[in-house]
Amino acid sequence: MEKRLFTPLTDQVIEELRVGDKVLLNGYIYTARDAAHKRMVEAISNGDMPPFDMKGQVIYYVGPTPPKPGQVIGSAGPTTAIRMDKYVEPLLKLGLKGMIGKGYRSTQVKELLKKYKAVYFAAVGGVAVLLAKSIKSSEVIAYEDLGTEAIRRLYVEDFPVIVANDIYGGDVFEEGRRKFARIEI
Amino acid sequence: MREVHCDKIIKAVKEIAIKANYELPQDVVYAFQSAVEKEESPIGKEVLKQILLNAQTAKEEQMAYCQDTGVAVLFVEIGQDVHVVGGSLVDALNEGIRQAYTEGYLRASMVYDPVFERKNTKDNTPAVIHFFIVPGDKIRITFAPKGAGSENTSRLAMLKPADGWEGVKRFVLETVKLAGPNACPPLTVGVGIGGNFEYCALLSKKALLRKTGERSKDPVARRIEEELIEDINKLGLGPMGFGGTVTAVDVRVELYPCHIASLPVAVNVQCHASRHAEVEL
Ligand code: SF4
Repeated sequence: MEKRLFTPLTDQVIEELRVGDKVLLNGYIYTARDAAHKRMVEAISNGDMPPFDMKGQVIYYVGPTPPKPGQVIGSAGPTTAIRMDKYVEPLLKLGLKGMIGKGYRSTQVKELLKKYKAVYFAAVGGVAVLLAKSIKSSEVIAYEDLGTEAIRRLYVEDFPVIVANDIYGGDVFEEGRRKFARIEI
Repeated sequence: MREVHCDKIIKAVKEIAIKANYELPQDVVYAFQSAVEKEESPIGKEVLKQILLNAQTAKEEQMAYCQDTGVAVLFVEIGQDVHVVGGSLVDALNEGIRQAYTEGYLRASMVYDPVFERKNTKDNTPAVIHFFIVPGDKIRITFAPKGAGSENTSRLAMLKPADGWEGVKRFVLETVKLAGPNACPPLTVGVGIGGNFEYCALLSKKALLRKTGERSKDPVARRIEEELIEDINKLGLGPMGFGGTVTAVDVRVELYPCHIASLPVAVNVQCHASRHAEVEL
């Protein structure tokens, strides 16, 4: 069974999510990857505010391809989340509730999720054409000079993700692997 | 001497670069189709079906299969009896890439300075180009864009000869396990063994150009490939790392003689976006 969620996300919603839950996200989400994270976190440490209010929001780690004429966005699958780990805490402090990416998070980020009540969602990496279909609008709101790495506000409908790390310390990849591992190295 | 004009090279590179990004090769699609049958985990099966649907939709709508349209990697085999006219060959290859990425709605992912400013070059050039001189009067160009998610998980080790097959195997399995979901499995694993530091890395990449399921002609490499496929799929990572029995759809090994004191091993991890296209001029 899939859970249909609407952004912004509240603590109560986060508390109900468990590793492995299939979620369909709806509403506005924001894109940011390596360069945008670096800039946002630098801004915060200089006492400035990031380009959008983090409260209850979800960041999608993605750098889309350019849209063809008539398209909302080009191909838009998740990028590897762990590269953003260094930048996560200041954003969680400002109220960020969710991140969408692919791959493992560090132990440190898993602890931060518990501390700040937030979740990490995994989207299926590489199925970039299918994921783009759930994106209904896209608008660059900051750092336009970064090209594909600019911050975009996306409106998504039933964007499919899986809870990869919840606030209870669960990890979808670890649990999945252990179930099927026939050798350990 | 047979002549090939640069304009022809530019056009051909542009075409294969766009095609490779929009259409997954048929052998790769077949491999995923049979993986759906083999996969034991329900979520793994579901991921594989999404991957297949993504491939089909990308081809139908002529869109990039994955948003990471990669570093543009070119393997260029030049017949020793061919003469390139009308400009510089390297410039022509890069021009083809530039046109493909800017006109084909592909993502520009290259930055000039790798450490400090990291400013985007805006057209995905320069390409990484490997040249090989071969007999004949043709030019054969293979384009294989490589996303960073999987490339970043690739590794190389200079093992000791005493580490032997045990050591080599452990290194390959460790690399795949560490790569896990970050590399977007199901994977194709390219393994280069022998040569020296840089040559073994190139071998591991070259191994990825063979067709899926095409075993090495070398009986030793072949045996190793079969053993590695079996063990990699026992690691339990499965499609997208959610757990499962299909972690890799193929493993290809390239061997080369090496120094009496060396045992170099390189593992080039390829994600499910196993894209390539080729042309002969
Ligand atoms: S690892 Fe491959 S499939 Fe995954 S996002 Fe990168 S290029 Fe795409």
